[in-house]
Order: sequence, then C-alpha cells, then structure tokens
Amino acid sequence: MNATATIAATLLHETFEQRARLVPDKTALIVGAERFTYAEIERRVNHLAAVLQQHGVRRGDRVTTFLDNGVDAVVAMYAILKCGGVLMPVNSLAKRDSLARLMNDARPSALITHAALRAEFEPALAKCASIRVCLVAGPPPKTPSTFVRSIPYPAPGTRIPEFVDPGTAAPDLAALIYTSGTTGEPKGVMHTHASMMAACRSVLAYLPMSADDVILCALPLTFSYGLYQVLLGFQLGATVLLERSFAFPVKVLDAMVRERVTVFPGVPTMFTMLTSIGGVEERDLGSLRIITNAAAALPEERVRRLRALFPAAQVYLMYGQTECKRVTYLAPEEVDRRPASVGRGMPYQEHWLVDDAGARLPHGSTGELVIRGAHVMRGYWEKPDDTRAKLRVDPATGDAVMYTGDIFRTDAEGFLYFVARKDDIIKSRGEKVSPREVENALYEMPGVLEVAVIGVPDDVLGQAVKAFVTLKPGVQCTERDVIKYCLSKLESYMAPKHVVFVDALPKTDNGKIKKTALA
Amino acid sequence: MQDIKAKVRAYIADNFIMGGDATFADGDSFIEQHVIDSTGFLELVMFLEETFGVVVSDAEMVPENLDSLDNIDAYVRRKRAA
Repeated sequence: MNATATIAATLLHETFEQRARLVPDKTALIVGAERFTYAEIERRVNHLAAVLQQHGVRRGDRVTTFLDNGVDAVVAMYAILKCGGVLMPVNSLAKRDSLARLMNDARPSALITHAALRAEFEPALAKCASIRVCLVAGPPPKTPSTFVRSIPYPAPGTRIPEFVDPGTAAPDLAALIYTSGTTGEPKGVMHTHASMMAACRSVLAYLPMSADDVILCALPLTFSYGLYQVLLGFQLGATVLLERSFAFPVKVLDAMVRERVTVFPGVPTMFTMLTSIGGVEERDLGSLRIITNAAAALPEERVRRLRALFPAAQVYLMYGQTECKRVTYLAPEEVDRRPASVGRGMPYQEHWLVDDAGARLPHGSTGELVIRGAHVMRGYWEKPDDTRAKLRVDPATGDAVMYTGDIFRTDAEGFLYFVARKDDIIKSRGEKVSPREVENALYEMPGVLEVAVIGVPDDVLGQAVKAFVTLKPGVQCTERDVIKYCLSKLESYMAPKHVVFVDALPKTDNGKIKKTALA
Repeated sequence: MQDIKAKVRAYIADNFIMGGDATFADGDSFIEQHVIDSTGFLELVMFLEETFGVVVSDAEMVPENLDSLDNIDAYVRRKRAA
C-alpha cells in the first residue's frame, strides 16, 4: 500500500499537519533521551508560528535558523513555513562572519537560534539590519543580550497569540538554502512549496519508506539531504531519530541498535568512519533495511565494505544537487553490478546529456547532464546571471531546464557515471583528466584513507595532477609509492605529478571534501 | 594533577578556539558549547595519545570519555592506572 495515500497536501507543512491529525500519539521525533509525539511537535509549531507572526513575520519573509539538530530546529522549520515565511537554514558550525554574510544576502526578518551559539550570532546580528526579532532557545543569558530585539523562545504553557492564515500559495518560496560552497561564493537556492513537494513525490516513488520506519538522521538539517529526512519522515508518519553530529560513531551505532533504526542516510565521510571502526559486526543491526548515500560519490571500495558490513540492508547510491534536491538513484539490486554508477533518473523527471553546443547525446556518450522537472529550483536569490547560466530554455518544450554543470557518461542502458564537475576537469598534456577517476584508483590503494585530486598550473603540462592523501593510522608511504601505484592502474597522463600527505582534508560543514581549500 | 586539564585546555585554546574566548567550564560539553566539532575530536584523540601516552580504542571514542575537560581528566587517569 502506498503509505502516502492518505495525504493530499499542496503546501510542505500541510503534509505534517495532516499526519499529526492522523497519528497524534505516535512518536515523531527522538532526540537523545527525549521523545516527541506528532501532537506535541504540532503544538510547538503552532505556538512558534503565532509568535513569529506576532513579531511581524509575513508571507515571503525569510527567517534564518541557526540551530543544532534538535527539536527546536524541527519546530522552527514547520513554524516558519506555517506563517508563510521562507526557511533559511544556516549550519550551526558557521562563524559570525559567514552568518552575517549570508543574512545580509538574504535579509531575513527573524533569526531563530540557541543560547550556546551566542558568541557567533550576536556579533553577526550587529551587522545585520533586517532582523526584527531574534528568538533564542536554551537557558537565559547571564549577561543581557547586546541585541535589543532578542526574545526568549516561547515556553510551553504561555499564551499563544492569535494566528491568521497567511494565504500561502504553492508557487511561494518555502526555502532558501545556501549551497555548501565547495565551489566559489555561496548562492541562495530558491525552492518553492511546489518544487519541494515535487522532490518529495519523486523520492518516495523510488525509496520504499513507510510509516513503520525509524530514520536515523545525523546529517545537519541545514543541508537539504538532512532537511528532507524530516520532511519525508513526517509526511509518512514515520519516526525520525535526530543525532547532533557524527562525532561519536559508536554512540550512533548504539542508538541504531536501541531504537531499531531501519533507515540510515549518510555521506561518504560517515561511511568511512563506520567502516574503519571496530565493533559494528558485534551489534545487532538487523533492523537496518535501507542505507542511502548522497552528497558525494562513495568510492567503490567503500561500497563493497558497506555491503559486507550491513548485508541485510539495501544500499541506494544517489546523486543530486541542492538546486533540484535529487537527480538519480542506483537501485540496490544494481549496486553489486555497477557500484561506480549513480544510477538512472528518479521518477517524474526527464534528463539527458548534451555536448558543448547543447545538442542532445545518445546513450554511451559523455556530456553535461540536463534536468527537466517540477523539482528544479526557481533560481538563485538575487543572482540573475547565475540563474540564467543554470536554468535555460529548452528549445524542444519551451520549459526552463537545469544545466547541472556536472559531466557524466552513460552506458548503453542509460546508467549514469559521474565524470567531473565541468569546472574541475584537469587538462594535462592536452588530455582531459577526471579527478574522480584518479581518486577512485587511489581509494583502491592499501593504506589510503581519503584523497582529493586537483589540477595545478604547470609550465610544461598546462596543468599537473596533484593528489592530497590521508593515510590510515600507522601506514608508511612515499610520494613515489603513490605515483607508481597510479601508473600501474591508470593511463600515464592521469598519474599525479605531485603527492602531498596531509593529516586531514578540508571539509565543508556538510562533510564534503572542500577542494577550493587545496592548492 | 591539574596538569591534564590545563594541558588539554591550552591545546583546545590554541587549536579550536582561534582567538575567541575559551570561557568554558571544566564540566561543559565541548559539543553543546560548540568548542570542538566532529573532526576536531579526531585531532583531540591524537593529541591525547601523543601527550599522555594512552591508546584510545574505537569503543572508547564516546562523549563519556572525551566530551569535557572533566571527562578527559578522569578517562586519562583511568587509562594510565590500568
């Protein structure tokens, strides 16, 4: 039976409200030792939405959340949507300057945050003129706030102001999500209620989740992959177990066993940690039936280890962009056959590859991936040039279609294989080198933990291939060893000219390797 | 031996706080107070191993051992006594 059958909603938060009416007493959220029912979350959402409205938040206003994963972040997200606002989540690891920069770009009218983050948000607020009210969860400050419009988070039992339906329409903005910045200046990705509902529909059409699932989310809710765990889970009437971070993988494993977690969405960094710590085999993780990977490709060697570690779970390898949430998935039955593929397009979208001139390419080609579907973003916030470069008119349909900027190749059956970001292709000795291909080879080298490959200027080669490598503890290895290994596995022009060993690779707040920080 | 806490506090101030105010109490959770993030704990573990000559096993990578100066102090003492 289709678990979403009883839900017929147009706006994102209505999916949750309807579910709260159907299963009020069911556990919606688990955070540490605390459990919250659907009714309890809804009560808090209604209260916060009314308070936001009372303080002047109107339809179309951006509202920034600067919160750790927790009940406050979940409540804030639905409350903002309910009062017609646009959710603008900022990762709680952000520092004052980047928080101020993002807020000055989006000009939110409210900030919802937590007392523990005061050292960062107060200096940021001093630089941001648009904020009318700042709601601070957590213990009251020991010294008065420097921001006069700070108010405490509404406490349970206090009077709920009157709430007026803001009259939100499906094409209204629902979220403004700043891209994680693996490339250049952060851009605010505009999603509407309609585009996010479309993304939910497509994902639930291939991912067999239901009301019975317990989803463990250690991804930040400020990241679309994390945010959608709650959106999808609550739409289904499932239970979401939120972890604050993946700092202590052993604790996450314990929580999986304790709560009989059935769905675990992760990113490669998490799977690297899980497959390198001991003790996984000794735990009863038999309830886990779905594992998903997104955000960055999981190297083949890790896919194999993950399959071995969780033999009962179905592994979904997925690819997407914040700009359209998700694009492709590889069905579990294909994972052992084509572990390097990100699969085929998700339901209800159309996609194809184009050459440099924009002409559609047949299966078996290499080119830029283009997407057409209702889940595509409306554009980048106040960046018309960037929007025009990304969303272009498809001559065949007249629709706006999205140029992903990612180069893929397809096999004869149309399965997609990521080649490179268009901007990341290294041109060395007149040949095109995909950093991904070199990285994949290096991940197969014994002793290698993580790698990142970039191109650096070179007088002779044009660009030279440079590899940054972290080694597993206790492993000794020289630059020459790495180059020789690559020469034995790859065409000679792909082998790195330079190899640098580092203790850790720079990561974005979402855990992706940040190549712009390497040189 | 105030030594362990003082050394760890100095290490954290030099490596994680980056010029900000290191006004966390001995019992404060590094995670809750945003003193150290998830990658930071891996670096902290390396520091503990090098400085105090202990070996931190995967199973010991838990907040009860690592997520405050008090917890680290007690953990390192236990390890050294063992």
